[in-house]
Amino acid sequence: MITVENLTKRYGGFTAVDDISFEVRPGSVVGFLGPNGAGKSTAMRMMTGLTPPTSGHSTVLGKPYRDLHNPGRQVGVMLDASAQHPGRTGREILRLAAIQIGVPKSRVDEALAVVGLTDEEAGRRVRNYSLGMRQRLGLASAMLGQPEVLILDEPANGLDPQGIHWMRGLLRGFADGGGTVLLSSHLLHEVQVIADDLVMIGRGRIVAMGPKDELLSRGGTTVRSTDDAALAVALERSGVTVTRTASGLVVDAEPAVVGRAALEERVVLLELRSGGSEGLEEMFLSLTAATSREGKAA
Amino acid sequence: MTTTDSRSTEPVVARGGAVGAPAAATGMSAASGRHEGRPEGRPGVPMSRLITVELRKMVDTRAGRWMLIAMSAISLVVVAAFLIWGPAEEATYGTFLGLTSFPLVMLLPIVGIMAATAEWSQRTGLVTFTLEPRRGKVITAKIVGAMILGLVVTASAFAASAIANVISGVGDGAGTWDVTWKVALGVILGFLIYVVQGIAFGFLFLNTPMAIVASLILPTAWSIASSIVSSLEKVGAWLDLGRVTEPLFSGTMTGENWGQLATSFSVWVLLPLAIGSWRVMTREVK
Repeated sequence: MITVENLTKRYGGFTAVDDISFEVRPGSVVGFLGPNGAGKSTAMRMMTGLTPPTSGHSTVLGKPYRDLHNPGRQVGVMLDASAQHPGRTGREILRLAAIQIGVPKSRVDEALAVVGLTDEEAGRRVRNYSLGMRQRLGLASAMLGQPEVLILDEPANGLDPQGIHWMRGLLRGFADGGGTVLLSSHLLHEVQVIADDLVMIGRGRIVAMGPKDELLSRGGTTVRSTDDAALAVALERSGVTVTRTASGLVVDAEPAVVGRAALEERVVLLELRSGGSEGLEEMFLSLTAATSREGKAA
Repeated sequence: MTTTDSRSTEPVVARGGAVGAPAAATGMSAASGRHEGRPEGRPGVPMSRLITVELRKMVDTRAGRWMLIAMSAISLVVVAAFLIWGPAEEATYGTFLGLTSFPLVMLLPIVGIMAATAEWSQRTGLVTFTLEPRRGKVITAKIVGAMILGLVVTASAFAASAIANVISGVGDGAGTWDVTWKVALGVILGFLIYVVQGIAFGFLFLNTPMAIVASLILPTAWSIASSIVSSLEKVGAWLDLGRVTEPLFSGTMTGENWGQLATSFSVWVLLPLAIGSWRVMTREVK
């Protein structure tokens, strides 16, 4: 359980995180989405007691992070996989953490196995690790203490497609077993498969949040037919907003409404679906466009 | 502390097999049974474990290990050189101890500095301070850990000097055991002061090269200034850590010497330690 209430961080005149509030319930995965520099990392550092907030507060498992007893056993944190001493081996880094949080040495090997780092890789110095291996090591470190909550900043960064697929399975399983997961990403497709809820942030402000399915259905219905023009006219006649796109139409109505209109017009449907990844991707881009760097130039 | 659950019997999943369903199964098991054996309200990370970790961190990197190897090597070379070319009648335990101590006094603060700054220069603080958010405890653990390491180094200096003295005695050296308990305690205390000074400078600058340069240059510059400028001469006697530890190493501390030592210690160790600790406690970890 993670609760964030009115969390704000200002650096001089710059507001990095602006009055954000959300909740991550046990058994769910929440995707914390936003373009680079949106304030995701700053927010996560405030949640884990590394950065003092300007105002507002956050709790993990009902307590401010700094008041947790032996937090490594309750919350698994990975904020930056690259923030490791390059002169230590992967296994040594996990051993240090194991001593500190008080778990037996055998947990180190178990954690290494869970993230798929071999003995040979664990014996290498982190200096010689790829970013993907550092991410796996960071994940192993976070899961070492068998926590109830995971807070992960860009965990899929640097992982190959196979690795991203593997991580999804790992985190999904963790949440299905009652765990709480908050993970950030600047890539929508990385999180939309795994996340139950999404919190989208741009320039420090939450621009959209809610259950993923609800946000997805907001994208309307995408339809493609043998005669898009006729279908569009028919739909507009019945008072539905229709947007013409390069590959078809996006209709602000349930798929059933569109299907019925097609039936009446005797138009053959080639594709009919609600929302979809493009819908959310478009929403992500449009929601953050006004607040992101790109949006400034446009 | 012992959390026994299904995990320990979990089959090892290789990376090839860690894709898709098997990985999901592994992940699921990682989540199950979390609540077993987890007493509520258990006190935070015990100090002993923090100290163990901090001590281990000082010697488990190449930099830390080479620092210790370099210290031992320099001491060995100096002692060997004295055994071969030094005046035989001066070859006593006290002389050898003084010879081995010199490089250690120079290098021990650097061990402390590296222990203090690594969390920031290598950004390992992101992990250290999330595992123990009470940063004051980490500071204490680092100080105690560095002092333990300092004591180990001191002990090896005593041992190495003793061996050198025996070797020298077998030859034509004087081989006198002239180290009184006052000198011994003085050397131990002196080493500890230098280690803690390193930690203090490390916390103060939170940057390895800056802290090393400052810890070498500032006291030296002050020594030179106080010996050149006559008006500083009197102050220098109280505020020159190098000068006030001389009677400590020779076992000739007087009441006034203790006062001078306390004053210098406050200015060169306690003051930077206080400011540095405040910085560590309040600084944002990025």
